[in-house]
Amino acid sequence: MTNYKTIACDILIIGAGGAGLRAAIAAHNAGAKVIVISKTLLGKSHTVMAEGGINAALGNVDSKDNWMVHFRDSMIEGQFLSDYRMVEILTQEAPERVKELEYWGAVFDRTQEGKIMQRAFGAHTYRRTCHVGDRIGLEIMQTLKDQIVHKNIEIIEEVLITNLIVKNNHVLGAIGVELRSGKSVFFKSKAIIMATGGCGRVFKITSNSWEAIGDGVAIAYRAGAEIIDMEMIQFHPTGMVWPENVRGMLVTESVRGEGGWLLNNKNERFMKKYEPKRMELGPRDVVARAVYNEIEMGRGTEHGGVYLDISHMGKDFIEHKLPRMVAQFKEFAEIDITKEKMEVAPTVHYMMGGIRVDSENSMSSVNGLFAAGECVGGVHGANRLGGNSLADILVFGKRAGEFAALYVENIEFKESDREDMAREFERVLIPFKNKTDIKPQMLKKRIQDIMWEHVGIMRNEERLLKALKEIEEINFLSKKISVAGDLKYNHEWIDAMDVQNMALVCEMMIRSALYRKESRGAHYRSDFPKKDDRNWLVNVVCKNIRGVMKLSKSKVPEMPSNLKKLLVEKS
Amino acid sequence: MKNIILKIFRYDPEKDSKPKFIEYEVPFQPKMRVLHAIRYVQENIDGTLTFRWNCGAGRCGSCAMEVNGFPRLTCKYEITEDMKDLTITPMKVFPVIKDLLVDVSSMLQIAREIPPFSPKDTEEEFWKIMPEDVEDTKEFRKCIECYICQDTCHVIRNHKSNYIGPRWVAKVASLDKHPMDSVNRSEFLNKRGIWLCNVTRCCQEVCPEHIKITENAIIPEKERIVTEHSPITALRRKLFGEKDE
Repeated sequence: MTNYKTIACDILIIGAGGAGLRAAIAAHNAGAKVIVISKTLLGKSHTVMAEGGINAALGNVDSKDNWMVHFRDSMIEGQFLSDYRMVEILTQEAPERVKELEYWGAVFDRTQEGKIMQRAFGAHTYRRTCHVGDRIGLEIMQTLKDQIVHKNIEIIEEVLITNLIVKNNHVLGAIGVELRSGKSVFFKSKAIIMATGGCGRVFKITSNSWEAIGDGVAIAYRAGAEIIDMEMIQFHPTGMVWPENVRGMLVTESVRGEGGWLLNNKNERFMKKYEPKRMELGPRDVVARAVYNEIEMGRGTEHGGVYLDISHMGKDFIEHKLPRMVAQFKEFAEIDITKEKMEVAPTVHYMMGGIRVDSENSMSSVNGLFAAGECVGGVHGANRLGGNSLADILVFGKRAGEFAALYVENIEFKESDREDMAREFERVLIPFKNKTDIKPQMLKKRIQDIMWEHVGIMRNEERLLKALKEIEEINFLSKKISVAGDLKYNHEWIDAMDVQNMALVCEMMIRSALYRKESRGAHYRSDFPKKDDRNWLVNVVCKNIRGVMKLSKSKVPEMPSNLKKLLVEKS
Repeated sequence: MKNIILKIFRYDPEKDSKPKFIEYEVPFQPKMRVLHAIRYVQENIDGTLTFRWNCGAGRCGSCAMEVNGFPRLTCKYEITEDMKDLTITPMKVFPVIKDLLVDVSSMLQIAREIPPFSPKDTEEEFWKIMPEDVEDTKEFRKCIECYICQDTCHVIRNHKSNYIGPRWVAKVASLDKHPMDSVNRSEFLNKRGIWLCNVTRCCQEVCPEHIKITENAIIPEKERIVTEHSPITALRRKLFGEKDE
């Protein structure tokens, strides 16, 4: 068998973004021996890119706000596909998590009364999004990093986890590669928390970092966990379209929240046709489809976008509220947004679907496998409310950490099957043994093109079937990938492992999209353009049954009457 | 369309006796960044080229390298028409792991040493902090930890010393300027070489976030320490029982 080293801990946390770090703090505080694995350096994970803010119904700016209104906004935005209990927990506990960030040293923007400032975001009844200019992600990551560092929580950077070791539906550990040395590692643990984030990078145009390829979902699927709502991919209405090299880079919703207008090439505020009441601050799916439609109808800009204009708000205001955006456009496009219009188009932003977990304790259908953050499905239903993802990672990160710590109290280490381990160590080395001219970078690119072309904002059966055929072929080819070089920090090898995970995530996405024969939230099918509550108030579940991907419907649970009452809008 | 030549530093200290430079030809695109050119090489010419990047948007600070000898955040540094060849090397002050990828784990060690944020005791459930009171600390909180300032600092480049470097003085300043903080970090800065900095302002010139590290962090921190240690301050403390600020 391959030479490997073993590292043991109570709880292995895979992923060092906001969810993973918050889970680590919670589990550590509860007395568990924790190790956090990061695919990159501590503090660089995708959470750092969050711009607009974090939702918590503090009522600092609009005093009528409370968790019940936040609950209603979130459920409506999710088109009633969200797990109501998770949304209840999210909206109730978010204020506590924001307060805690402040106690840990995060510095939020303030109101004139000295409270945490809250801004307007799309489809919120009240101004609710707590922010730090337009760089909330950095503030959260730095604050959590300080906690990790000073609590001496062990973090192992630049490790790629390739699979879990599971026996009789119990998690026993994970296999990974230490990238800096290329050495194989067996992480022996009583519980695992997946906190691997989203999968934007399986699409050509995305706001996501390179590491967001959905690998945690693929790994959990292979381990037997149920995966839900994979057809629900959020397209953020405003990504940069030009220069070509930065296409997809996020333009925060705060631009519209702070008063920005969307304009077509006839200089019309076109949102009045699509969402006359809320205009630019409509739900993300509606605004993204409107932008898409304007471009398709020939009312787009030179570079294939629409205009986003905030120059009417004045230079001082813009520089104070949106400093990062000013810098981003100046540095990358030589555009002065305090004077000129931006060009924007939809960009893949968020994965609403993911690992199905118990709404109370965050454990998946595999015993000992917990999950938190974007890799979890169920919190955001068919469409995520802007600003809810940061609340999600902190609220459910903490809960996953606490429940995992509780879980490991009564668990002993179990021995793993040496054969299972040997098989995985062998599997990851196959690309070095293959002698073909199939390169992973080539397949990665093909996946990204196919997904953007056929599994984008407008879907139909024909396109989806075409995508499925292509992805199946890539899946087949991915087994024959050949890589050059050696084991030590070899990007080509990392790509090879990524391609297999990407193809699997895409397959789940495409099959789920084919399965759901209606349009709801972010999932739009031109061949089934209507919402169909009678047949489709269900979550689509993907499960690995002896190597075959089985799909099924799972009815959304009935809400208790006290929560149902909250959904009626009081005017 | 014209091509540009990248001369890239390739080195595995465990295998190679010395580094070598390999030339790669990359098609030029308008508004191209150095990181795009490096990624082009990895995606199309040599998949084993090792470097670090994450967001590609100037947010995460992972892709700092030296371009023609100057530390740059490569996702932001534009390749212009007049540039014909570019030499790409890893940041000098950190040990090379492989090619352009360096070991920055020493930074994590320093982060651990800095006395952490410790809020004053208060009765309030939510703190009342006025907007004007957060302005000073905000500047330092823009830091994305690319460590370009560390790589530029000639104290770190040319001398073996225990100076923590500009990134970490800025971190200390971000904590000291926090309106609710209650810790004095002078002792720490004293011990960790702040006096070795002779305020040449190199670090703030290269900061991709335009943080005025020297002017707003290093100089004020030094001044504060001097005031605290002055005989007048000591006398006032003795006579009036004044506490440290």
